Amino acid sequence: MGMKRVAIVGAGITKFMRRGQETGRELSYHAASMALKSAGMTLDEVQCVAESTGPDAFDGVHMNGEYLSDGSGGWRKPYLRSYVGGGSGVFVVNHGWYQVASGLFDTCLVVASEKMSSCHPHPQGAFLNIFDNFIERPLGCNLLWIFALEMNRYMTVHNIPHEQIALVSVKNKKNALDNPAAQIPEKVTVKDVLNSEVLAWPVHRLDISPTTDGAAALVLASEDVAYKYTDKPVWIDGVGWCLDTAYWTNKDLYYPRYVEKAASMAYKMAGITDPRREIHVAEPYDPFDYKELHHMEGLLLCDKGEAPKLTEKGVTQRDGEMPTCPSGGLLGCGNPIAASGTMKVAEIFWQLRGEAGPRQVTRECRTGLAQAWGDLMQVGTVIVLRK
Amino acid sequence: MKLTREMLGGTPLKEDDFAKGKTLFLDDKLRTAYNWDAGVAMGKFLAGLKQGKILGVRCRKCQRVVTPPRVFCEACFAPIDEWIELADSAVVDSFSICYVRWDASRIEKPEIPAILLIDGADRAGIMHMLGEIEPDKVKIGMKVKAVWKPEKERAGSILDIRYFRPVR
Repeated sequence: MGMKRVAIVGAGITKFMRRGQETGRELSYHAASMALKSAGMTLDEVQCVAESTGPDAFDGVHMNGEYLSDGSGGWRKPYLRSYVGGGSGVFVVNHGWYQVASGLFDTCLVVASEKMSSCHPHPQGAFLNIFDNFIERPLGCNLLWIFALEMNRYMTVHNIPHEQIALVSVKNKKNALDNPAAQIPEKVTVKDVLNSEVLAWPVHRLDISPTTDGAAALVLASEDVAYKYTDKPVWIDGVGWCLDTAYWTNKDLYYPRYVEKAASMAYKMAGITDPRREIHVAEPYDPFDYKELHHMEGLLLCDKGEAPKLTEKGVTQRDGEMPTCPSGGLLGCGNPIAASGTMKVAEIFWQLRGEAGPRQVTRECRTGLAQAWGDLMQVGTVIVLRK
Repeated sequence: MKLTREMLGGTPLKEDDFAKGKTLFLDDKLRTAYNWDAGVAMGKFLAGLKQGKILGVRCRKCQRVVTPPRVFCEACFAPIDEWIELADSAVVDSFSICYVRWDASRIEKPEIPAILLIDGADRAGIMHMLGEIEPDKVKIGMKVKAVWKPEKERAGSILDIRYFRPVR
Protein backbone atom coordinates (compact mmCIF):
# COMPACT_ATOMS: atom_id res chain seq x y z
CA MET A 1 0.00 0.00 0.00
CA GLY A 2 3.03 2.25 -0.06
CA MET A 3 2.95 2.72 3.68
CA LYS A 4 5.97 2.74 5.94
CA ARG A 5 6.27 0.12 8.62
CA VAL A 6 6.00 1.69 12.08
CA ALA A 7 7.58 0.44 15.31
CA ILE A 8 7.08 1.18 18.96
CA VAL A 9 10.53 1.93 20.37
CA GLY A 10 9.75 3.16 23.89
CA ALA A 11 7.01 3.21 26.52
CA GLY A 12 6.22 5.03 29.75
CA ILE A 13 3.52 5.03 32.37
CA THR A 14 2.69 6.70 35.67
CA LYS A 15 1.38 5.21 38.86
CA PHE A 16 -2.40 4.70 38.50
CA MET A 17 -4.17 6.32 41.49
CA ARG A 18 -7.65 7.04 42.84
CA ARG A 19 -6.52 10.63 43.20
CA GLY A 20 -3.08 11.90 42.44
CA GLN A 21 -1.56 15.15 43.61
CA GLU A 22 -0.38 15.81 40.05
CA THR A 23 -2.41 17.63 37.42
CA GLY A 24 -3.17 16.01 34.07
CA ARG A 25 -0.36 18.03 32.53
CA GLU A 26 2.10 16.79 35.16
CA LEU A 27 0.98 13.18 34.73
CA SER A 28 1.39 13.52 30.95
CA TYR A 29 4.92 14.82 31.45
CA HIS A 30 5.89 11.88 33.69
CA ALA A 31 4.64 9.26 31.21
CA ALA A 32 5.98 11.04 28.11
CA SER A 33 9.42 11.68 29.55
CA MET A 34 9.71 8.08 30.75
CA ALA A 35 8.81 6.85 27.25
CA LEU A 36 11.38 9.14 25.63
CA LYS A 37 14.04 8.09 28.12
CA SER A 38 13.36 4.40 27.46
CA ALA A 39 13.83 5.03 23.73
CA GLY A 40 16.92 7.14 24.27
CA MET A 41 15.20 9.95 22.38
CA THR A 42 15.08 13.67 23.09
CA LEU A 43 12.09 15.91 22.44
CA ASP A 44 14.02 17.54 19.58
CA GLU A 45 13.82 14.24 17.70
CA VAL A 46 10.02 14.02 18.12
CA GLN A 47 8.46 15.22 14.87
CA CYS A 48 4.81 15.14 15.91
CA VAL A 49 2.63 14.36 18.94
CA ALA A 50 -0.60 12.32 19.10
CA GLU A 51 -2.48 12.96 22.32
CA SER A 52 -5.68 11.68 23.89
CA THR A 53 -7.70 12.49 26.96
CA GLY A 54 -11.33 11.84 27.88
CA PRO A 55 -14.31 14.16 27.92
CA ASP A 56 -13.46 17.77 28.77
CA ALA A 57 -16.19 17.49 31.41
CA PHE A 58 -13.94 15.29 33.60
CA ASP A 59 -11.50 18.14 34.04
CA GLY A 60 -13.89 21.04 33.60
CA VAL A 61 -11.33 22.40 31.15
CA HIS A 62 -12.51 23.29 27.66
CA MET A 63 -10.17 22.00 24.92
CA ASN A 64 -8.31 19.94 27.46
CA GLY A 65 -6.02 18.56 24.76
CA GLU A 66 -4.59 22.04 24.26
CA TYR A 67 -4.15 22.50 28.01
CA LEU A 68 -2.29 19.18 28.21
CA SER A 69 -0.11 19.79 25.15
CA ASP A 70 2.97 21.13 26.94
CA GLY A 71 3.08 18.17 29.32
CA SER A 72 2.71 15.88 26.33
CA GLY A 73 5.79 17.27 24.59
CA GLY A 74 3.68 19.14 22.07
CA TRP A 75 5.38 22.54 22.36
CA ARG A 76 5.55 24.11 18.88
CA LYS A 77 4.98 20.80 17.15
CA PRO A 78 2.31 19.31 14.88
CA TYR A 79 0.02 18.21 17.72
CA LEU A 80 -3.43 16.66 17.58
CA ARG A 81 -5.74 15.21 20.19
CA SER A 82 -7.96 12.34 19.11
CA TYR A 83 -10.83 11.15 21.24
CA VAL A 84 -13.25 8.27 20.75
CA GLY A 85 -14.45 7.78 24.34
CA GLY A 86 -13.14 4.71 26.13
CA GLY A 87 -11.71 3.47 22.85
CA SER A 88 -9.28 6.42 22.79
CA GLY A 89 -6.26 4.77 24.38
CA VAL A 90 -5.79 2.30 21.55
CA PHE A 91 -7.11 4.66 18.91
CA VAL A 92 -4.51 7.31 19.74
CA VAL A 93 -1.78 4.77 18.96
CA ASN A 94 -3.50 4.04 15.62
CA HIS A 95 -3.62 7.79 15.09
CA GLY A 96 0.12 8.04 15.80
CA TRP A 97 0.69 5.07 13.49
CA TYR A 98 -0.87 6.75 10.47
CA GLN A 99 1.09 9.92 11.04
CA VAL A 100 4.26 7.86 10.57
CA ALA A 101 3.00 5.15 8.17
CA SER A 102 1.96 7.90 5.77
CA GLY A 103 5.57 8.99 5.44
CA LEU A 104 4.77 12.45 6.74
CA PHE A 105 6.83 12.01 9.94
CA ASP A 106 9.60 9.63 11.03
CA THR A 107 8.80 9.82 14.74
CA CYS A 108 5.68 10.38 16.83
CA LEU A 109 5.21 10.69 20.58
CA VAL A 110 1.88 9.21 21.69
CA VAL A 111 0.56 10.41 25.06
CA ALA A 112 -2.72 9.60 26.81
CA SER A 113 -3.69 10.93 30.20
CA GLU A 114 -6.74 11.12 32.40
CA LYS A 115 -7.50 13.05 35.56
CA MET A 116 -10.91 11.72 36.60
CA SER A 117 -10.81 12.70 40.25
CA SER A 118 -11.50 16.39 39.66
CA CYS A 119 -15.14 15.77 38.75
CA HIS A 120 -17.31 15.78 41.89
CA PRO A 121 -19.04 14.05 43.55
CA HIS A 122 -18.36 11.35 40.97
CA PRO A 123 -17.06 11.42 37.36
CA GLN A 124 -20.28 9.62 36.41
CA GLY A 125 -21.78 13.11 36.40
CA ALA A 126 -19.78 13.75 33.22
CA PHE A 127 -20.48 10.33 31.71
CA LEU A 128 -24.24 10.79 32.05
CA ASN A 129 -24.35 13.35 29.29
CA ILE A 130 -23.73 10.59 26.76
CA PHE A 131 -27.36 9.42 27.05
CA ASP A 132 -30.04 10.81 24.72
CA ASN A 133 -31.20 14.13 26.12
CA PHE A 134 -34.88 13.63 25.22
CA ILE A 135 -35.72 10.00 25.79
CA GLU A 136 -33.07 8.67 28.16
CA ARG A 137 -31.77 11.34 30.53
CA PRO A 138 -35.26 12.19 31.87
CA LEU A 139 -35.45 8.60 33.21
CA GLY A 140 -32.74 9.48 35.74
CA CYS A 141 -30.04 7.43 34.04
CA ASN A 142 -27.13 5.87 35.73
CA LEU A 143 -24.09 4.83 33.72
CA LEU A 144 -24.13 1.40 35.36
CA TRP A 145 -27.48 0.66 33.69
CA ILE A 146 -26.02 0.24 30.24
CA PHE A 147 -23.42 -2.26 31.48
CA ALA A 148 -25.93 -4.13 33.60
CA LEU A 149 -28.29 -4.37 30.61
CA GLU A 150 -25.53 -5.65 28.36
CA MET A 151 -24.15 -8.09 30.95
CA ASN A 152 -27.62 -9.52 31.64
CA ARG A 153 -28.28 -9.94 27.91
CA TYR A 154 -24.87 -11.64 27.40
CA MET A 155 -25.36 -13.96 30.38
CA THR A 156 -28.93 -14.85 29.38
CA VAL A 157 -28.26 -15.54 25.68
CA HIS A 158 -25.36 -17.90 26.48
CA ASN A 159 -26.62 -19.10 29.88
CA ILE A 160 -23.38 -18.00 31.59
CA PRO A 161 -23.10 -18.30 35.37
CA HIS A 162 -21.83 -15.22 37.21
CA GLU A 163 -19.13 -17.43 38.78
CA GLN A 164 -17.37 -17.80 35.41
CA ILE A 165 -17.50 -14.06 34.81
CA ALA A 166 -16.16 -13.29 38.29
CA LEU A 167 -13.05 -15.35 37.45
CA VAL A 168 -11.94 -12.50 35.18
CA SER A 169 -11.95 -10.07 38.09
CA VAL A 170 -10.08 -12.59 40.25
CA LYS A 171 -7.45 -13.16 37.53
CA ASN A 172 -6.86 -9.52 36.63
CA LYS A 173 -6.67 -8.23 40.19
CA LYS A 174 -4.19 -11.04 40.92
CA ASN A 175 -2.10 -10.21 37.81
CA ALA A 176 -1.98 -6.62 39.02
CA LEU A 177 -0.10 -7.71 42.16
CA ASP A 178 3.00 -7.84 39.92
CA ASN A 179 2.41 -4.41 38.39
CA PRO A 180 3.94 -1.50 40.33
CA ALA A 181 1.66 0.93 38.47
CA ALA A 182 -1.53 -0.82 39.61
CA GLN A 183 -4.15 0.95 41.73
CA ILE A 184 -6.09 -1.99 43.19
CA PRO A 185 -4.05 -5.18 43.03
CA GLU A 186 -5.82 -7.65 45.29
CA LYS A 187 -6.21 -11.31 46.07
CA VAL A 188 -9.94 -11.90 45.79
CA THR A 189 -12.00 -15.05 45.30
CA VAL A 190 -15.04 -15.72 43.13
CA LYS A 191 -17.00 -15.74 46.38
CA ASP A 192 -15.71 -12.26 47.25
CA VAL A 193 -16.91 -10.95 43.89
CA LEU A 194 -20.34 -12.56 44.20
CA ASN A 195 -20.70 -11.39 47.80
CA SER A 196 -19.67 -7.83 47.05
CA GLU A 197 -22.45 -5.26 47.06
CA VAL A 198 -24.98 -5.44 44.24
CA LEU A 199 -24.95 -2.01 42.59
CA ALA A 200 -27.01 -2.65 39.46
CA TRP A 201 -27.80 -6.35 39.22
CA PRO A 202 -26.20 -8.36 37.72
CA VAL A 203 -23.28 -5.97 38.31
CA HIS A 204 -21.62 -6.23 41.73
CA ARG A 205 -19.00 -3.84 43.05
CA LEU A 206 -16.06 -6.17 42.34
CA ASP A 207 -17.20 -6.69 38.73
CA ILE A 208 -16.17 -3.07 38.03
CA SER A 209 -12.89 -1.21 37.55
CA PRO A 210 -12.39 1.96 39.62
CA THR A 211 -11.98 5.58 38.52
CA THR A 212 -8.36 6.58 38.16
CA ASP A 213 -5.83 9.35 37.57
CA GLY A 214 -2.92 8.28 35.36
CA ALA A 215 -1.07 8.55 32.07
CA ALA A 216 0.74 6.35 29.56
CA ALA A 217 2.93 7.13 26.56
CA LEU A 218 4.67 5.44 23.62
CA VAL A 219 7.36 6.46 21.14
CA LEU A 220 6.76 5.48 17.51
CA ALA A 221 9.41 5.43 14.79
CA SER A 222 9.37 4.57 11.09
CA GLU A 223 11.30 1.57 9.76
CA ASP A 224 13.89 4.04 8.46
CA VAL A 225 14.93 5.21 11.92
CA ALA A 226 13.59 2.61 14.41
CA TYR A 227 16.92 0.78 14.85
CA LYS A 228 18.59 4.04 15.76
CA TYR A 229 16.62 3.89 19.01
CA THR A 230 16.37 0.20 19.81
CA ASP A 231 17.53 -3.19 18.62
CA LYS A 232 14.18 -4.62 19.71
CA PRO A 233 11.49 -2.67 17.84
CA VAL A 234 7.92 -3.91 18.19
CA TRP A 235 6.08 -3.43 14.92
CA ILE A 236 2.54 -2.15 14.53
CA ASP A 237 1.35 -4.57 11.86
CA GLY A 238 -2.39 -4.04 12.05
CA VAL A 239 -4.77 -1.29 13.15
CA GLY A 240 -8.55 -1.24 13.10
CA TRP A 241 -11.42 0.79 14.41
CA CYS A 242 -15.16 0.90 13.94
CA LEU A 243 -18.07 2.93 15.29
CA ASP A 244 -21.56 1.46 15.65
CA THR A 245 -24.86 3.34 15.87
CA ALA A 246 -25.78 5.63 18.76
CA TYR A 247 -29.24 3.95 18.72
CA TRP A 248 -27.86 1.45 21.22
CA THR A 249 -31.28 0.11 22.23
CA ASN A 250 -31.86 -1.03 18.64
CA LYS A 251 -29.16 -3.71 18.61
CA ASP A 252 -28.65 -7.01 20.38
CA LEU A 253 -26.09 -6.24 23.06
CA TYR A 254 -25.07 -9.87 23.53
CA TYR A 255 -22.31 -9.51 20.89
CA PRO A 256 -20.05 -6.53 19.99
CA ARG A 257 -20.14 -6.57 16.19
CA TYR A 258 -18.22 -3.29 16.02
CA VAL A 259 -15.29 -4.96 17.82
CA GLU A 260 -15.38 -7.78 15.28
CA LYS A 261 -15.28 -5.28 12.43
CA ALA A 262 -12.37 -3.39 13.98
CA ALA A 263 -10.47 -6.64 14.65
CA SER A 264 -11.10 -7.91 11.12
CA MET A 265 -9.64 -4.70 9.71
CA ALA A 266 -6.52 -5.08 11.87
CA TYR A 267 -6.13 -8.82 11.15
CA LYS A 268 -6.43 -8.28 7.41
CA MET A 269 -3.71 -5.63 7.51
CA ALA A 270 -1.47 -7.90 9.61
CA GLY A 271 -2.12 -10.90 7.35
CA ILE A 272 -3.71 -12.82 10.22
CA THR A 273 -6.23 -15.44 9.10
CA ASP A 274 -6.49 -17.53 12.27
CA PRO A 275 -6.35 -15.17 15.26
CA ARG A 276 -6.84 -18.00 17.77
CA ARG A 277 -3.46 -19.43 16.79
CA GLU A 278 -1.70 -16.31 15.60
CA ILE A 279 -2.40 -14.01 18.58
CA HIS A 280 -0.21 -15.16 21.46
CA VAL A 281 -1.04 -12.61 24.15
CA ALA A 282 -3.94 -10.16 24.36
CA GLU A 283 -5.10 -7.17 26.34
CA PRO A 284 -8.86 -7.00 25.68
CA TYR A 285 -10.62 -4.04 27.31
CA ASP A 286 -11.90 -4.95 30.77
CA PRO A 287 -13.67 -2.03 32.48
CA PHE A 288 -16.08 -4.72 33.75
CA ASP A 289 -15.20 -8.41 34.10
CA TYR A 290 -17.82 -9.60 31.59
CA LYS A 291 -16.42 -7.09 29.06
CA GLU A 292 -13.11 -8.99 28.76
CA LEU A 293 -15.09 -12.08 27.75
CA HIS A 294 -17.43 -10.16 25.44
CA HIS A 295 -14.40 -8.62 23.76
CA MET A 296 -12.48 -11.91 23.40
CA GLU A 297 -15.47 -13.14 21.41
CA GLY A 298 -15.71 -9.95 19.33
CA LEU A 299 -11.97 -10.22 18.65
CA LEU A 300 -12.63 -13.73 17.25
CA LEU A 301 -10.25 -15.25 19.81
CA CYS A 302 -12.95 -17.84 20.56
CA ASP A 303 -16.52 -18.77 19.65
CA LYS A 304 -19.47 -16.71 20.85
CA GLY A 305 -20.24 -17.70 24.43
CA GLU A 306 -17.00 -19.69 24.78
CA ALA A 307 -14.82 -17.10 26.56
CA PRO A 308 -16.20 -17.85 30.06
CA LYS A 309 -15.41 -21.55 29.64
CA LEU A 310 -11.85 -20.83 28.44
CA THR A 311 -11.40 -18.60 31.46
CA GLU A 312 -12.61 -21.36 33.77
CA LYS A 313 -10.12 -23.78 32.17
CA GLY A 314 -7.26 -21.38 32.89
CA VAL A 315 -6.50 -20.72 29.22
CA THR A 316 -6.34 -16.96 29.84
CA GLN A 317 -4.00 -17.12 32.85
CA ARG A 318 -0.42 -15.89 32.40
CA ASP A 319 0.73 -19.50 32.06
CA GLY A 320 -2.15 -20.42 29.74
CA GLU A 321 -2.30 -20.79 25.99
CA MET A 322 -4.06 -17.43 25.42
CA PRO A 323 -3.03 -15.12 28.26
CA THR A 324 -5.31 -12.08 28.59
CA CYS A 325 -4.65 -8.92 30.56
CA PRO A 326 -1.28 -9.98 32.01
CA SER A 327 -0.88 -6.33 33.09
CA GLY A 328 -3.72 -6.71 35.56
CA GLY A 329 -6.08 -4.93 33.16
CA LEU A 330 -8.34 -2.15 34.24
CA LEU A 331 -9.87 -4.31 36.95
CA GLY A 332 -6.48 -4.50 38.66
CA CYS A 333 -4.56 -1.46 37.42
CA GLY A 334 -7.43 1.03 37.38
CA ASN A 335 -9.25 2.74 34.54
CA PRO A 336 -7.98 6.23 33.62
CA ILE A 337 -10.20 6.24 30.51
CA ALA A 338 -7.94 7.35 27.63
CA ALA A 339 -4.73 6.19 29.35
CA SER A 340 -6.16 2.70 29.96
CA GLY A 341 -5.93 1.57 26.36
CA THR A 342 -2.45 3.03 25.91
CA MET A 343 -1.34 1.19 29.07
CA LYS A 344 -2.57 -2.01 27.37
CA VAL A 345 -0.51 -1.33 24.24
CA ALA A 346 2.52 -0.61 26.46
CA GLU A 347 2.02 -3.94 28.25
CA ILE A 348 1.96 -5.87 24.94
CA PHE A 349 5.12 -3.94 23.92
CA TRP A 350 6.85 -5.10 27.14
CA GLN A 351 5.53 -8.64 26.79
CA LEU A 352 6.78 -9.02 23.20
CA ARG A 353 10.21 -7.68 24.20
CA GLY A 354 10.34 -10.10 27.12
CA GLU A 355 10.61 -7.18 29.53
CA ALA A 356 7.48 -7.73 31.60
CA GLY A 357 9.44 -9.21 34.52
CA PRO A 358 7.13 -10.96 36.97
CA ARG A 359 4.20 -10.30 34.61
CA GLN A 360 5.86 -12.06 31.66
CA VAL A 361 3.59 -14.72 30.17
CA THR A 362 4.93 -18.26 30.08
CA ARG A 363 4.28 -19.09 26.45
CA GLU A 364 6.51 -17.78 23.72
CA CYS A 365 4.88 -14.74 22.14
CA ARG A 366 5.70 -13.10 18.86
CA THR A 367 2.34 -11.45 18.13
CA GLY A 368 0.06 -9.61 20.53
CA LEU A 369 -3.07 -7.54 20.50
CA ALA A 370 -4.59 -4.69 22.49
CA GLN A 371 -8.17 -3.49 22.24
CA ALA A 372 -10.27 -0.74 23.72
CA TRP A 373 -13.98 -0.04 23.75
CA GLY A 374 -16.21 2.95 24.43
CA ASP A 375 -19.32 5.10 24.11
CA LEU A 376 -22.90 3.77 24.01
CA MET A 377 -21.66 0.22 23.28
CA GLN A 378 -20.31 1.69 20.06
CA VAL A 379 -16.61 1.87 19.43
CA GLY A 380 -13.98 -0.82 18.99
CA THR A 381 -10.30 0.03 18.53
CA VAL A 382 -7.70 -2.67 17.90
CA ILE A 383 -3.95 -2.85 17.37
CA VAL A 384 -1.82 -5.88 16.43
CA LEU A 385 1.86 -5.84 17.41
CA ARG A 386 4.71 -8.14 16.32
CA LYS A 387 8.32 -8.43 17.37
CA MET B 1 13.25 -2.54 31.10
CA LYS B 2 11.57 -3.89 34.21
CA LEU B 3 9.00 -1.58 35.77
CA THR B 4 9.64 -0.48 39.32
CA ARG B 5 7.69 1.91 41.53
CA GLU B 6 10.70 4.26 41.60
CA MET B 7 10.43 4.76 37.83
CA LEU B 8 6.82 5.87 38.00
CA GLY B 9 5.66 9.45 38.46
CA GLY B 10 2.52 10.01 40.53
CA THR B 11 1.78 10.84 44.16
CA PRO B 12 -1.34 9.10 45.45
CA LEU B 13 -3.35 11.28 47.84
CA LYS B 14 -5.14 9.96 50.92
CA GLU B 15 -8.45 11.28 52.29
CA ASP B 16 -6.85 12.92 55.31
CA ASP B 17 -4.26 14.71 53.17
CA PHE B 18 -7.03 17.22 52.46
CA ALA B 19 -8.13 17.61 56.07
CA LYS B 20 -4.51 18.00 57.19
CA GLY B 21 -3.85 20.62 54.52
CA LYS B 22 -1.09 18.55 52.92
CA THR B 23 -2.37 19.36 49.46
CA LEU B 24 -4.07 22.37 47.95
CA PHE B 25 -7.10 22.42 45.72
CA LEU B 26 -9.78 24.70 44.28
CA ASP B 27 -13.51 24.03 44.23
CA ASP B 28 -15.68 25.51 41.48
CA LYS B 29 -18.69 24.81 39.27
CA LEU B 30 -19.19 25.26 35.56
CA ARG B 31 -22.30 27.26 34.79
CA THR B 32 -23.83 26.39 31.47
CA ALA B 33 -27.45 25.97 30.37
CA TYR B 34 -28.91 24.53 27.21
CA ASN B 35 -32.15 24.71 25.27
CA TRP B 36 -32.14 21.70 22.97
CA ASP B 37 -34.31 21.53 19.87
CA ALA B 38 -36.18 18.25 19.69
CA GLY B 39 -35.64 18.14 15.95
CA VAL B 40 -37.99 16.86 13.28
CA ALA B 41 -38.13 13.15 14.08
CA MET B 42 -37.89 13.32 17.87
CA GLY B 43 -40.36 16.22 17.88
CA LYS B 44 -42.96 14.09 16.14
CA PHE B 45 -42.21 11.13 18.44
CA LEU B 46 -42.73 13.28 21.53
CA ALA B 47 -45.95 14.75 20.07
CA GLY B 48 -47.09 11.13 19.58
CA LEU B 49 -46.41 10.33 23.22
CA LYS B 50 -48.61 13.26 24.22
CA GLN B 51 -51.43 11.54 22.31
CA GLY B 52 -50.69 8.21 23.97
CA LYS B 53 -49.00 6.70 20.91
CA ILE B 54 -45.57 5.19 20.34
CA LEU B 55 -44.47 6.07 16.81
CA GLY B 56 -41.94 4.39 14.59
CA VAL B 57 -40.68 4.87 11.04
CA ARG B 58 -40.10 2.55 8.12
CA CYS B 59 -37.19 2.83 5.68
CA ARG B 60 -38.63 2.37 2.20
CA LYS B 61 -35.31 0.96 1.03
CA CYS B 62 -34.55 -1.78 3.59
CA GLN B 63 -38.13 -1.99 4.95
CA ARG B 64 -36.86 -1.95 8.53
CA VAL B 65 -39.28 -0.45 11.07
CA VAL B 66 -37.46 1.33 13.90
CA THR B 67 -38.02 3.51 16.92
CA PRO B 68 -36.96 6.03 18.19
CA PRO B 69 -37.83 7.65 14.86
CA ARG B 70 -35.24 9.28 12.61
CA VAL B 71 -35.46 11.13 9.30
CA PHE B 72 -32.82 8.97 7.65
CA CYS B 73 -31.85 5.31 7.73
CA GLU B 74 -28.32 5.01 9.11
CA ALA B 75 -27.75 1.76 7.18
CA CYS B 76 -29.13 2.81 3.76
CA PHE B 77 -28.36 6.51 4.28
CA ALA B 78 -31.67 7.21 2.59
CA PRO B 79 -34.41 9.60 3.74
CA ILE B 80 -37.26 8.20 5.84
CA ASP B 81 -40.76 9.67 5.56
CA GLU B 82 -43.09 6.77 6.35
CA TRP B 83 -44.51 6.99 9.87
CA ILE B 84 -46.16 4.06 11.65
CA GLU B 85 -48.07 3.87 14.91
CA LEU B 86 -46.58 1.01 16.89
CA ALA B 87 -48.22 -0.85 19.76
CA ASP B 88 -47.72 0.40 23.31
CA SER B 89 -46.59 -3.07 24.31
CA ALA B 90 -43.09 -4.53 24.23
CA VAL B 91 -40.84 -7.48 25.01
CA VAL B 92 -38.14 -7.14 27.69
CA ASP B 93 -34.80 -7.52 25.85
CA SER B 94 -32.72 -6.96 28.97
CA PHE B 95 -33.12 -5.38 32.41
CA SER B 96 -31.21 -4.41 35.52
CA ILE B 97 -32.14 -4.07 39.17
CA CYS B 98 -30.41 -0.94 40.28
CA TYR B 99 -29.62 0.07 43.87
CA VAL B 100 -27.53 3.18 43.25
CA ARG B 101 -27.96 6.67 41.85
CA TRP B 102 -25.51 8.21 39.42
CA ASP B 103 -23.54 9.81 42.25
CA ALA B 104 -23.07 6.37 43.88
CA SER B 105 -25.55 7.15 46.68
CA ARG B 106 -27.73 4.16 47.60
CA ILE B 107 -31.50 3.77 47.05
CA GLU B 108 -33.75 1.55 49.17
CA LYS B 109 -36.38 0.53 46.61
CA PRO B 110 -34.48 -0.65 43.53
CA GLU B 111 -35.26 0.73 40.09
CA ILE B 112 -35.70 -1.60 37.12
CA PRO B 113 -34.44 -0.02 33.87
CA ALA B 114 -34.98 -2.18 30.79
CA ILE B 115 -34.50 -2.30 27.06
CA LEU B 116 -37.98 -2.78 25.61
CA LEU B 117 -38.46 -4.05 22.05
CA ILE B 118 -41.58 -2.25 20.94
CA ASP B 119 -44.21 -4.49 19.29
CA GLY B 120 -44.54 -3.67 15.60
CA ALA B 121 -40.89 -2.61 15.18
CA ASP B 122 -38.11 -4.81 13.84
CA ARG B 123 -36.09 -5.58 16.96
CA ALA B 124 -35.94 -1.91 17.84
CA GLY B 125 -36.19 -0.91 21.45
CA ILE B 126 -36.19 2.06 23.75
CA MET B 127 -35.02 2.26 27.33
CA HIS B 128 -37.66 2.71 30.03
CA MET B 129 -38.52 1.57 33.53
CA LEU B 130 -40.52 -1.46 34.66
CA GLY B 131 -43.16 -1.17 37.39
CA GLU B 132 -45.95 -3.12 39.14
CA ILE B 133 -43.61 -6.08 39.46
CA GLU B 134 -41.25 -7.49 42.09
CA PRO B 135 -37.64 -7.31 40.87
CA ASP B 136 -37.10 -11.06 41.25
CA LYS B 137 -40.06 -11.78 38.96
CA VAL B 138 -38.68 -9.94 35.92
CA LYS B 139 -37.52 -12.14 33.06
CA ILE B 140 -35.97 -11.44 29.67
CA GLY B 141 -38.60 -12.20 27.03
CA MET B 142 -41.46 -11.02 29.27
CA LYS B 143 -44.34 -9.10 27.61
CA VAL B 144 -45.04 -5.66 29.04
CA LYS B 145 -47.38 -2.73 28.36
CA ALA B 146 -47.03 1.01 28.78
CA VAL B 147 -48.70 2.70 31.76
CA TRP B 148 -49.54 6.23 30.59
CA LYS B 149 -50.03 9.39 32.56
CA PRO B 150 -53.59 10.78 32.31
CA GLU B 151 -53.98 12.72 29.05
CA LYS B 152 -54.11 16.15 30.65
CA GLU B 153 -50.85 15.55 32.49
CA ARG B 154 -48.93 14.52 29.36
CA ALA B 155 -46.35 16.99 28.16
CA GLY B 156 -44.79 15.44 25.07
CA SER B 157 -42.07 13.75 27.10
CA ILE B 158 -40.73 10.23 27.52
CA LEU B 159 -42.11 10.56 31.06
CA ASP B 160 -45.67 10.60 29.59
CA ILE B 161 -45.17 6.86 29.98
CA ARG B 162 -44.82 6.29 33.71
CA TYR B 163 -43.34 2.81 33.23
CA PHE B 164 -44.12 -0.52 31.59
CA ARG B 165 -45.99 -3.23 33.54
CA PRO B 166 -46.29 -6.95 32.89
CA VAL B 167 -49.11 -8.05 30.56
CA ARG B 168 -51.47 -10.03 32.74
